[in-house]
Amino acid sequence: MASLPTTAAEIAAAVSSGSVTASEVLEQHLAAITARETDVHAFNLITTDTARQHASRIDADVAAGKPVGVLAGVPLALKDNMCTHGVETTCSSRILQGWKPPYDATVVQRLRDAGAIMVGKTNLDEFAMGSSTENSAFGPTKNPLDLSRVPGGSSGGSAAAVAAGFSAVSLGSDTGGSIRQPAALCGVVGVKPTYGLVSRYGLVAFASSLDQIGPFANTVYDAALVTEVIAGHDSMDSTSIPQPAPNLRSAVSQGVARMRIGRVTDLPGGAEPEVMQRLEDAFEVLAAAGAEIVDVTLPSIEYALTAYYLIAPAEASSNLARYDGVRYGLRAPASEVNAMYGATRAAGFGDEVKRRIMLGTYALSAGYFDAYYGKALKVRRLIADDFDRAYTQVDAILTPTSPMVAFPFGDKVEDPMAMYLCDVYTIPSNLAGHPAMSVPFGTGAHKLPVGIQIMAPALGEIPMFRVAGVLEDAARGLS
Amino acid sequence: MTDMLLHNGWELVVGLEVHVELATKTKLFSGSPNRFGDEPNTNIDPVTLGLPGALPVLNQHAVELAMRIGIALNCTVQASTFHRKNYFYPDMPKAYQISQYDQPLNVNGFLMLPGGVRIGVERAHLEEDTGKSTHIGGATGRIHGSEYSLIDFNRAGVPLVEIVSRPDIRTSEQARQYVTELRAILLAVGASDAKMEEGSMRVDANVSVRKPGAELGTRCEIKNVNSVRAVGRAIDYEARRQIDMIENGDRVRQETRHWDDGEGRTHTLRVKEDADDYRYFLEPDLVPLAPSAKWIQTVKDNMPPLPAARRAHLSAITGASEESEAVIVVVERGQDDYIHEVVAAGGDAGKALVFVQQAFADETAQPRVPAKDIAALTVMERDGKITSTQSKTLLAEIVANGGGDAVALAAAKGFEALDNSAAEKMVDDVIAAQPEAWAKYCAGEEKAMGALVGAIMKLSQGKADGKVVTAILQARRTA
Amino acid sequence: MASPSSGSSISAADVIKVSRLARLDIDDAQVEHFTQQLAKVLEHFTDVDALDLSDVQPMTQAYPLSNVLRQDVEQPCLDRDEVLAAAPHAEDGRFRVPTINGEA
Repeated sequence: MASLPTTAAEIAAAVSSGSVTASEVLEQHLAAITARETDVHAFNLITTDTARQHASRIDADVAAGKPVGVLAGVPLALKDNMCTHGVETTCSSRILQGWKPPYDATVVQRLRDAGAIMVGKTNLDEFAMGSSTENSAFGPTKNPLDLSRVPGGSSGGSAAAVAAGFSAVSLGSDTGGSIRQPAALCGVVGVKPTYGLVSRYGLVAFASSLDQIGPFANTVYDAALVTEVIAGHDSMDSTSIPQPAPNLRSAVSQGVARMRIGRVTDLPGGAEPEVMQRLEDAFEVLAAAGAEIVDVTLPSIEYALTAYYLIAPAEASSNLARYDGVRYGLRAPASEVNAMYGATRAAGFGDEVKRRIMLGTYALSAGYFDAYYGKALKVRRLIADDFDRAYTQVDAILTPTSPMVAFPFGDKVEDPMAMYLCDVYTIPSNLAGHPAMSVPFGTGAHKLPVGIQIMAPALGEIPMFRVAGVLEDAARGLS
Repeated sequence: MTDMLLHNGWELVVGLEVHVELATKTKLFSGSPNRFGDEPNTNIDPVTLGLPGALPVLNQHAVELAMRIGIALNCTVQASTFHRKNYFYPDMPKAYQISQYDQPLNVNGFLMLPGGVRIGVERAHLEEDTGKSTHIGGATGRIHGSEYSLIDFNRAGVPLVEIVSRPDIRTSEQARQYVTELRAILLAVGASDAKMEEGSMRVDANVSVRKPGAELGTRCEIKNVNSVRAVGRAIDYEARRQIDMIENGDRVRQETRHWDDGEGRTHTLRVKEDADDYRYFLEPDLVPLAPSAKWIQTVKDNMPPLPAARRAHLSAITGASEESEAVIVVVERGQDDYIHEVVAAGGDAGKALVFVQQAFADETAQPRVPAKDIAALTVMERDGKITSTQSKTLLAEIVANGGGDAVALAAAKGFEALDNSAAEKMVDDVIAAQPEAWAKYCAGEEKAMGALVGAIMKLSQGKADGKVVTAILQARRTA
Repeated sequence: MASPSSGSSISAADVIKVSRLARLDIDDAQVEHFTQQLAKVLEHFTDVDALDLSDVQPMTQAYPLSNVLRQDVEQPCLDRDEVLAAAPHAEDGRFRVPTINGEA
């Protein structure tokens, strides 16, 4: 078994050529799940049987000489907020426990068409609200690198699944950093594409103007491959950009010669010193590879966190109003419909979700709209304008992904603002709608991984992946 | 203006809000059918049901029908946006309605009543319909006293245009005319089938009273006004109720009232409260709708002629007044084109108008009878080849058979009008045979004429034209 | 006119009103809990008062698109039985809810 390929690209190539079977690859990953899932708890649901059937079908197709997709036989984990027809989709919430969607998300359809094999639905902070996966109604996911620490969040289960070898790749969703931050804390690659590059159809909404689906992978190339499969216009999503998927795989090995990379001189402080040291190391690597490092300022991003924590809850308060016990999900018994709503939602939502619904409802309510939501949207504009100015000078900007490495359970649960600070570097690109990704780059405190965030302007995935490829090569040398 | 005042010098002030369901094939934001009368919950899709992850995409045809309405009502068609109106109700699947708020598609128009009174139209905007609740248990099928409710979402997401008039209406008759003319316009432009009894056109009336020149009085919104007749009755009742209250020293409360057509009165439905806090915000799942000048022009160029122009045209060719019952009814049925066809086939326009009004009430806008058959019949009657009584008989037969050769039918029945010399001979024969009746008639006893005419008709076996016979008798008397 | 200040802190009465708007039953202990936590989050928002936002247009789209439309063509519907099987309470082809007191 030692000779089996591990990256998605290698697996797909080997399965397509017939040199290994999809079933062999799947069994290897199922064995890893059997060995460690009890400790890690990456999954809400493991779909062993359907995965085995799917792998057999692919193997039969290969044997029959039929064409198979670019992800043929690649084991895939899906964050449990993406709709899968007939397969439970819970958002790690009691209110949706047991719900089987009658349709597939667009990304699910595209990945299946490409031959990827879904091994399970991964754990998350309830409705993707959190930065540690501690807010799941079904218990936290643990960081495979140190079981006493969080994997980050909200896509903690998807990050942990890839880090633990449960799947070759996985999908997460990123509203304020929910792919990049757990990628950094688990030592894997995580990508948040440009808003509108990947269809949101079938992604259970948290904050519609910020949500974006993206991949986790062990390599930058695999992340590029999966992004290519899921990107491109979808007529089911009005905010989907009417363009085909970009060719990202070729960008990974293009190098950064003559690229201009931004260093933010007024970056909000508070990051651990080792994290800031890795950032300096990254600039050195890029300079040595022929990039020019240019100082830029983003004066408004110090307000990004406060704007985000009004915009996202405001949209969420509306998006989560549909969980009313009428058509699907939990219903608490009551003799009158309004009483039923209040009791159902009190029983079905966890504390953090309730907090954000309350905050968002307040921010949109009569008399407060202009003071809160209206102002937050103006701050959002200022931040986007800052980026637009910076990107006249540079092709990409480097920051840490997370101010800190993986932290112990319980560290920030009691203090919402401390938890929210985890997202200080990731939130600005969600507000701007820009792409950003996290690449593992050495280690920080406790020998835990540090992630470097690469940000680029809208549809700047190609320069972003060029930088990522160079950092990944250099990081291999570090370890 | 004094004739517009109610008793004791009160002035009525009415604004109408009319909701019309658009005649599209599918919903406003998704592809399930927009069809009335199907089995409950069969016209449903993820968007209609507000399933997690579903996203709205705007129906182009609905937009074009809404633009037609705006253009027909002399509105400015402008760049517009969609908002979410947040409220909980079991027949509202997402717990928000997508509607146009501060930037509606059509603004600042007017509707000209047939008498030349101009009623301002503030806006005509797009929004989605709700599902339908049926209240089970209790005596009346009404909400109060019911044990539970059953929800059908077939209607949810059906495209609506809400047309909001300015409070320019001063009499219940004007309100009736407004609704009648609006309905005729909606039918003419093909925007809606506008059936008040099926709820595809719904009228809410905002009613208040004041002394002329005074500030607007407190208004009540009257719902459940389900026919043109009910519009007038409900407004008359409500005006009287408000005047009585004020004259008795009470104050009118701002509230929503329900018109009970059986009882002929309005009831309090609910009192307007500050708690109506819909937390409107821009729908982040949709993008702005900004029709280009070219698109608006294309819609304009393809607009069918409006009822006012069609009535004027029909009036011009038939000689009947624009405000005559026949012209109004025929245009409302959309049968004016048919009359033009009859005329083109050589028919008599005035007689065709009478025939179509009287005999085509059950026919569609495009009757099954070939226009040339009606044309032939009008010519026969005009030229005195058959009597008007005979022509009625033939018309009924032609309509029942979906067509027929009037000349052949008349011959088969032995129908022919006597020529004048034959008629004169018969008149003289009858005068000779009935000298007493003739003497009475000559003495001024008009009753005696009936006996003479009857005898002549009998003698002619119905082939004499009553009018012609009467004219001959009168000529003989004065001679 | 100056825009209203965001400095005013949220009260327990506000929290109760909001919980009703959001159809989220909360007990007295939670009222206190949420009042404190929301006040803390909103307190940070007062930082924004330092910015001059008078000439700034609100950003309402993450990527600028307009006039995204679909053709008026029927698509397959969901299977009613599958959908109603997921409902908490269905009856006679429809979704059943407890009695409705008052209009929306």
